[in-house]
Amino acid sequence: MNARQRLIALAALLTATHSAFAQTTPSNRLRIGVEGAYPPFSEVGPDGQLKGFDIDIARALCAQMKAECTLVQQDFDGMIPALNARKFDAIIASLSITEERKKAVAFSDKYYKTPNRMLVRTAASLVVSPAGLKGRKIGVQRATINDRFATDTFKESEIVRYAKQDEIYLDLAAGRLDATLVDAVAADTGFLKTPQGKGFGFAGPAYVDPAYFGSGVGVAVRKTDAALQQRFNEAIAAIRANGVYTQLQSKYFDFDIYGGAAR
Amino acid sequence: MQTILDNLPLLAQGTWTTLRLLVAALLIGGLAAVPLAVLRASDVAAVSRPVWLFTYVVRGTPMLVQLFLLYYGLAQFEVIRASVLWPWLSSAWFCAIAAFAINTCAYTTEMLHGAIRALPAGEIEAAKVLGMSRRVMLRRIVLPAAFRRTLPAYGNEVVMMLHGTSLASVVTLTDLTGAARELNARFYLPFESFIGAALIYLALTLVLVNLLRAAERRWLQPLAARS
Amino acid sequence: MLHGYAGSLLQGAGITLAVALGSLAIAMALGLAGALAKLSRSPLLRALATAYTTVVRAVPDLVLMLLVFYGGQMLVNEVLGRWGPGGYVDIDPFVAGVSTIGFIFGAYLTETFRGAFLAVPPGQHEAALACGMSGWQAFRRIIGPQMLRHALAPLANNWLVLIKSTAIVSVIGLTDLMHRAGLAAGATRQPFLFYASVAGIYLLFTSLSELAFARLQRHLATGVRKVGL
Repeated sequence: MNARQRLIALAALLTATHSAFAQTTPSNRLRIGVEGAYPPFSEVGPDGQLKGFDIDIARALCAQMKAECTLVQQDFDGMIPALNARKFDAIIASLSITEERKKAVAFSDKYYKTPNRMLVRTAASLVVSPAGLKGRKIGVQRATINDRFATDTFKESEIVRYAKQDEIYLDLAAGRLDATLVDAVAADTGFLKTPQGKGFGFAGPAYVDPAYFGSGVGVAVRKTDAALQQRFNEAIAAIRANGVYTQLQSKYFDFDIYGGAAR
Repeated sequence: MQTILDNLPLLAQGTWTTLRLLVAALLIGGLAAVPLAVLRASDVAAVSRPVWLFTYVVRGTPMLVQLFLLYYGLAQFEVIRASVLWPWLSSAWFCAIAAFAINTCAYTTEMLHGAIRALPAGEIEAAKVLGMSRRVMLRRIVLPAAFRRTLPAYGNEVVMMLHGTSLASVVTLTDLTGAARELNARFYLPFESFIGAALIYLALTLVLVNLLRAAERRWLQPLAARS
Repeated sequence: MLHGYAGSLLQGAGITLAVALGSLAIAMALGLAGALAKLSRSPLLRALATAYTTVVRAVPDLVLMLLVFYGGQMLVNEVLGRWGPGGYVDIDPFVAGVSTIGFIFGAYLTETFRGAFLAVPPGQHEAALACGMSGWQAFRRIIGPQMLRHALAPLANNWLVLIKSTAIVSVIGLTDLMHRAGLAAGATRQPFLFYASVAGIYLLFTSLSELAFARLQRHLATGVRKVGL
């Protein structure tokens, strides 16, 4: 056979062996997308290791599902595109379940729910309302529910967008921002309880409008992955029932984070 | 696709920001580079060394790091926040333009310096023999020849700066890349958002490159290969 | 030291270096080919090379990298899904990073080498041909070495820019130096310390590079008088 015939034979062979491989994920190896810049839910320690509530939940769920999981770090604003591009098979990054997001991905049942509030410098005595924050700078993390809500509600304020919440804290402490709309629990642990957080506090109401803030935080999977979604639901129910959830929760919080108010 | 067209104003706003950043950085950095390059080419160590140190450090570190140091790094210190510089340093615009300008200045200085050094020594000697003063020699012989030789490389630099401005999105400015990232984040359309931005950058670059090519045709005639 | 993040940073530095060297190899090959194509007599080659340098130099590295990372992955998935065995092959961030940066800088090096070729006095080529050398011999013995000498300064610049643009690979999730520093800075609220350290490490890389280039320059410039002002 000459080269061309060989090539044709090879192509024929490949096409012949084209079998309908399932488009769903091979069952026992999962890649989970996580953020790593959102304490106490996910952060990177000095040793380069990921840690946090989201990370622990991810590992616990994988153990429950008897799956071998790899954690893949991804910037928050690229999470959903990355999932759909098959960079990983699930997202466990404090992603709130909203109708808008459900158009792009499928969610498991919630695994926690917390409120969102406006964080401000207490001495500034700002009134948290569209009129009260007119002309002020509000920092939000790009692509979060806070971003959406602030953009749509505080139309007279300047919305400044960041890739990481950590960067927002830096600018808030430096005085470049007047306020930030953020998850109350994350802000409490990630900022208020740190030295930079002195002189700051929450103001205004707790935001719970489900249209924006969703019905809790869940695990996101591709819409074609119904089986995986089901597995996660079963795993979440299991770890809530067998006490693993309570144990992980108490490492970070002295209250029940499952119920409550919303990222 | 429709989404992108609906959001053209956002992309347009981003493009305008990008252009302003680019022009400001090139003007400030480029103009500053000319005297610095001459100083750098001096035989007097006390004159050339400090310039060398400046280009050395600035060229030796990524612009992203310089930008972060200026924007986040300095803001960390209470002393800076209380100082008279704070109104400038707290502005993302100022920090971005400053970082870009410093960066392009360092690179342009080195390029011009290299071109000055590459001049055939005979030309300088001839100029001296003809009795030209230093200033006249610079103006009529050295700098024109240096600019000529630097043109292809400086063309690179201009385009690199255009791309460099995309880093502004990392410190809260909504330039063209920032606009694309926002579209991607809002509508989960990475392809459309980034290709849209890429096409606009392509258009901007084509304009720039054509301008540079016209300049090259006009000024690099003496150096063109004839075979 | 560095609040315990020193080890993590050093690992990141290793990854950064690997990306830079891999990209350089690809870029130099592409650059030389591109320059020769641009200076050749064939209009087709010239057009192809021009299209390459124009399009690649027209789009920011950040945007190209995001396109390759997301778009390239989707393309691979498509191809495998339709014509291959299905399933997926992951384009990992390292491969995406190296190929993108190598591809990008190949375009810049094309311009650098082209400028260098143009800076060699045309008479050299004519004289070489007049002496009876073939085109290839003229290139290897006369034009090439002189071209390298003229290319060296902008090449050094290109290399320095390359090694620093590896910083953007952190955006697609490669845990290189910049990425790790960003996380450390956020966790400790001390951005100045960590970014200054990153600057220091990059300065070390670039210093060693400059030393190497200076030595090379001296070697190639033997016999050329330097201009002093």
